[in-house]
Amino acid sequence: MIHPLLPFTLVGLLFGIGLYGVLARRNAVLLLIGVELMLAASGLLFVTVGSLTTDAMRSGQVLTIFVITIAAAEIAVALAVVLAVFRARGTIDLAQAGEDD
Amino acid sequence: MTTYDVLFTIAGVISAGSGILAVGTKHLVHAALWLVVSLTALCGCYLVLGAELVALVQLLVYVGAVVVLVLFALMLTRAPIGRSHDHDTSLLQRAAALVVGAATAALLAAVLVAAFGTQTVAIHGGTSQQLATQLFGTWVWPFELLSALLLVALVAALALSRLRIRTRADVEAGQS
Repeated sequence: MIHPLLPFTLVGLLFGIGLYGVLARRNAVLLLIGVELMLAASGLLFVTVGSLTTDAMRSGQVLTIFVITIAAAEIAVALAVVLAVFRARGTIDLAQAGEDD
Repeated sequence: MTTYDVLFTIAGVISAGSGILAVGTKHLVHAALWLVVSLTALCGCYLVLGAELVALVQLLVYVGAVVVLVLFALMLTRAPIGRSHDHDTSLLQRAAALVVGAATAALLAAVLVAAFGTQTVAIHGGTSQQLATQLFGTWVWPFELLSALLLVALVAALALSRLRIRTRADVEAGQS
């Protein structure tokens, strides 16, 4: 037995923290840390709803495993892009204007 | 307060607190290390909710692989060691981000709590055997598609890192 208040509050908190990280950071790698926290919040929401309801297909846990896998693929490509930008511009500062600006 | 409530509160407070430190710390490398603490505590939350396999996958994939990738990226982009203010936006933008983040957190938590009520409910975590039967039965085609996605992501990351990139200095040298 568990109060559903607790996991749902944690979902909201983690998503808000991740959103703050995405909006308030200028380093591209730190922005990705914020995105990871938002994805963690979505995974926690899937698991919570899957555990609080009876579901014969166990979709809550299965979809969380899928989200974790997609997040791993996403961060590999995103970090490769960040490294390519670093090699081209010498910096990954998101506030700095590019060549076209 | 049941035992589940107490255990979940402990893990949740650690997770949220280290998450705040991960997005707020002035040390670039510490941000990745606080992310490790936050995601490991989230594994504890998954265990309380009866999802053992998800907790183990989270530990292996996130803490084992993703954070190591983030640390490598920080080192390869010559992240400064020690306190640094170069990665901070202006105070006004940080205040606006704080308002947006807090408002989103409050809205999300309020909507979810209103949808599910505040009564205590039983946890139906299920066994790992049921999960495996469903994963390789009902969900087998999405599962196979994901393995193809991982292969595509691997090839894409490799292709991006082998890309020939002309820096601004090269372009100017070529023009003059």
